Amino acid sequence: MSDHPPDLPLTEPADAGTDPALERQLLVLDVNGAAHEVLCEPRRTLVDVLRHDLGLTGTHVGCEHGVCGACTVLLDGRPVRACLLFAVQAEGAAVRTVESLSDGRELSDLQQAFADHHALQCGFCTPGFLMLAEGFLAERPDAGRTEIRELVAANLCRCTGYQPIVDAIHGCATARRAVRREN
Amino acid sequence: MTARTPEERHDGHRGRDGHGVPDGGHRPGGAGHPDSPPADGPGPLVGRSVPRKEDPRLLSGRGRFVDDLSEPGMLHAQFVRSTVAHGEVTVLDLDAVRRVPGVVAAFDAADLGLGDITARLHRPPEEFAETAMPVLARRRVRYVGEPLAIVVARDPYAAEDGLEAARVVYEEREPVVDEAAALADGAPLVHAAAARNTLVDVAPFATEGIDDVFAAAHRVVRVEARTGRQNALPLETRGALARWDDRAEQLVLRTCTQVPHQVRTVAAGCLGLDERAVRVVVPDMGGGFGLKCVVGREEIATAAAALRLRRPVKWIEDRKDALTASFLAREQHYDVRAAFAADGRILGLDADIVCDMGAYSCYPFTAGIEPLMAAAELPGVYRVPAYRVRGRAVTTNKAPSAPYRGVSRPQYVMVMERLFERAARELDMDAVELRRRNLITDFPYTGVNNITYDPGSYRESLDLCERTLREEGWYARRDAAAAEGRRLGIGYACFNERTGYGSAAFAQRRMDMVPGYDLAEVRMDPGGAVSVTSGTMSHGQSHETTLAQIAADTLGVALAKVKLHQGDTDRVPYGWGTFASRSVTIGGSAVRLAAERLGEKLRRLAAARWDIPWEETELHRGTVRRRDDPGTAVAYPELAALAHFRAHLLPKGLEPGLTATASFDVFHDGTFSNATHGVVAELDAETGGITLLRYVCVEDCGVAINPQVVEGQCRGGIAQGIAGALFEQITYDERGEPSATGFLDYKVPTAQEIPDITLFHLETPCASNATGAKGVGEGGTIGAPAAVLNAVNDALRATGTELDTLPITPEAVHRALHGA
Repeated sequence: MSDHPPDLPLTEPADAGTDPALERQLLVLDVNGAAHEVLCEPRRTLVDVLRHDLGLTGTHVGCEHGVCGACTVLLDGRPVRACLLFAVQAEGAAVRTVESLSDGRELSDLQQAFADHHALQCGFCTPGFLMLAEGFLAERPDAGRTEIRELVAANLCRCTGYQPIVDAIHGCATARRAVRREN
Repeated sequence: MTARTPEERHDGHRGRDGHGVPDGGHRPGGAGHPDSPPADGPGPLVGRSVPRKEDPRLLSGRGRFVDDLSEPGMLHAQFVRSTVAHGEVTVLDLDAVRRVPGVVAAFDAADLGLGDITARLHRPPEEFAETAMPVLARRRVRYVGEPLAIVVARDPYAAEDGLEAARVVYEEREPVVDEAAALADGAPLVHAAAARNTLVDVAPFATEGIDDVFAAAHRVVRVEARTGRQNALPLETRGALARWDDRAEQLVLRTCTQVPHQVRTVAAGCLGLDERAVRVVVPDMGGGFGLKCVVGREEIATAAAALRLRRPVKWIEDRKDALTASFLAREQHYDVRAAFAADGRILGLDADIVCDMGAYSCYPFTAGIEPLMAAAELPGVYRVPAYRVRGRAVTTNKAPSAPYRGVSRPQYVMVMERLFERAARELDMDAVELRRRNLITDFPYTGVNNITYDPGSYRESLDLCERTLREEGWYARRDAAAAEGRRLGIGYACFNERTGYGSAAFAQRRMDMVPGYDLAEVRMDPGGAVSVTSGTMSHGQSHETTLAQIAADTLGVALAKVKLHQGDTDRVPYGWGTFASRSVTIGGSAVRLAAERLGEKLRRLAAARWDIPWEETELHRGTVRRRDDPGTAVAYPELAALAHFRAHLLPKGLEPGLTATASFDVFHDGTFSNATHGVVAELDAETGGITLLRYVCVEDCGVAINPQVVEGQCRGGIAQGIAGALFEQITYDERGEPSATGFLDYKVPTAQEIPDITLFHLETPCASNATGAKGVGEGGTIGAPAAVLNAVNDALRATGTELDTLPITPEAVHRALHGA
């Protein structure tokens, strides 16, 4: 048997890149505190631009119809489904992704709480839950466990059974309140 | 029997600070190194919930899943799929597809000329019908969603545009949409080779005189149960990125699979390449649960397109395809009778099991995966003296079935536990007490199914689970609720689970590809750091942490000094991946044995320096020391430098380098985990809604390498079991059209539906492997449906109606409460 692949006509396909005939728009997006220029089709979703144009692949895509929440990012501080937004809709807003939560060397208190509570297994849904909680706790720092469980019900996780995620967010909120009281 | 109750250990509730495995107990082979706490830690790592090595990258958005990868010049693929369940394709016209802006190529089966994917059992034709699954359908289509052509474009949007331009004309055939239609006289055939649409038909057990047992029995109870077709539903859909590497003369296929080497074998076969010319690499993987432990057609087609185009090609499955056109599972029908004596002893079991495996046999397991499992293991934790079973796999015009977490055990455990509940009612006995009278308590026990069960804590787990619910007052609350007209029910499931199937167990199925063993390689670099390879494949199970714990303890080094490598067929010796709760029992044992061998090399190096036999040395905290003079020791880095940099000083007979390989296999019936689940459910009389008020799980997986990881596997498994019990199902209409194409139709439970779960860990170590650990990946999923269904039926007890179908819908509960 040959080591070379069989049946190779070596057809030369058209070059990669976007078809020049396609309509495109120049967007300026504020992502994680930095301005980015993106040239893309108007139909391109925010999550695709974040992941594939800006290389911020920490935000994941689980269903593309706004149910699973794996693509959750913050838009002006509020959790949104990045698969349901066109990138153009994010112009003028501040977008935050999971990559903004820490400096890459030390985990934030929320991330650390997820690790402490084993609130992730495969880790695919995790960035969505982190951003959901990050936005929520900023708005509702006094939330109790019941309210946090309602929040966690916004996204899907297939590995953990949710209880550790609820515990992690609750633990983080409780610790933040303790710090606030001390200060 | 070395099981212990939590009370003996700590306060009983396995809280976050209290779940270290206590020392003492039996750890055959000694999972923890006898005397070597690592230099950076307070004690042995095995048994401790050390932080996961996986977490920092996954929490920071630095995980690398297959869709996160890209290559220069990469193209994007999607598939033209059949829109009919059964038919002949008379026209497949891709010309318009190729003219769509951005589309680079479109290939059908004839264009690619690929070999088929064929899974085989070595059984006579009356037991097994061999069928082939083409990578792309040629002319005949057998389910909605079957891939017909691959469209390759400059970006994923253009690929989608291309799909819309495909013109396909079908000559439709009558679809076979369920088991009854498949087995009906004169039914249309899904495969010409499968008479009566039957792919597997086995009757492995038929105790002589069983009809007399039933005729003479005090009571015979019958359960006819059905379970819904489910999707394992990893949150990351399937996907692959393939490219030809000219320099390596290799196809590099990066794909999210639980079985990298089996994908390599199939890819090489279908593409006509040497296996060495295919390299399968698995990046971070977003779950699998069995769906990714079979070889997918699309990953092979993606590889073929990359070869043809000499360009990197990526395919990422969308959720609709994941739900309807990937692999499904669990659609089964049981008709089982059990004979009981007046004192409650079970006398016999007579079962007919039919599994609807959809359109094709999955590779490498075949359509036998579900019926062969169920028929072999049905008697479970009970002393059943007489057994007869027939197990069948039928083929229908639905997406094919693959293994899904638990494989048949969630169903047959549910059937067994229903039988005991029903018998208890008819015998007017307490159902828990009836179970107690029949549980296996003397080990090893060889059952009527010729399986020898190693020691477990069946009785202890049941007792503790019941006692917990009783002491928490649930029985009193149930009775009080009934007095108020509310409907509370308590249900249990007591079961075992064979984990760590070795070659012997799989060979009994007569698979052509016999999984079972695992190989590990442990290597020390010149500075003393350790690399481990394992043929297992983590997709959320934390192997980077747990297998490293085993290696680090064995060698007595810090966890930070050990790195696990999986999922690269060029780097890892041939392995069988991760499924069937095998990774820690078998893979972990191989790691331990390989680490021991490396330790022996280190001891030989040190012994030569002291001119003593190597047996008179021992490993201790990153050193080799003299047994007769523990103060005399040499650190690993010094020995490693000797082995790599100063080969001229090596003692005679020792080769340079520090690498050791070991395999582990099981040549007996394997090791059995066990558990009892207890559930309290309340029914809403108005809506038929079901709320789970309490969930207690008492599990025994032997030595828990990392208790927090064990808990995670249990909780997550239970959540998936609840999903199957109450929510998830893909139905098909009479034309074979699937009902669920998104998460609005396929109801995945959220944090509002999954209750908090209390876990207790009993510990009966496995005596036949190198770690004492039994598998724990599937048990949660196995017990939940039975416990939930029993709780619902207990709540319904005043109605006289019993439910035996999953999922349990609010409609069914409402009907049971209020009549038709």
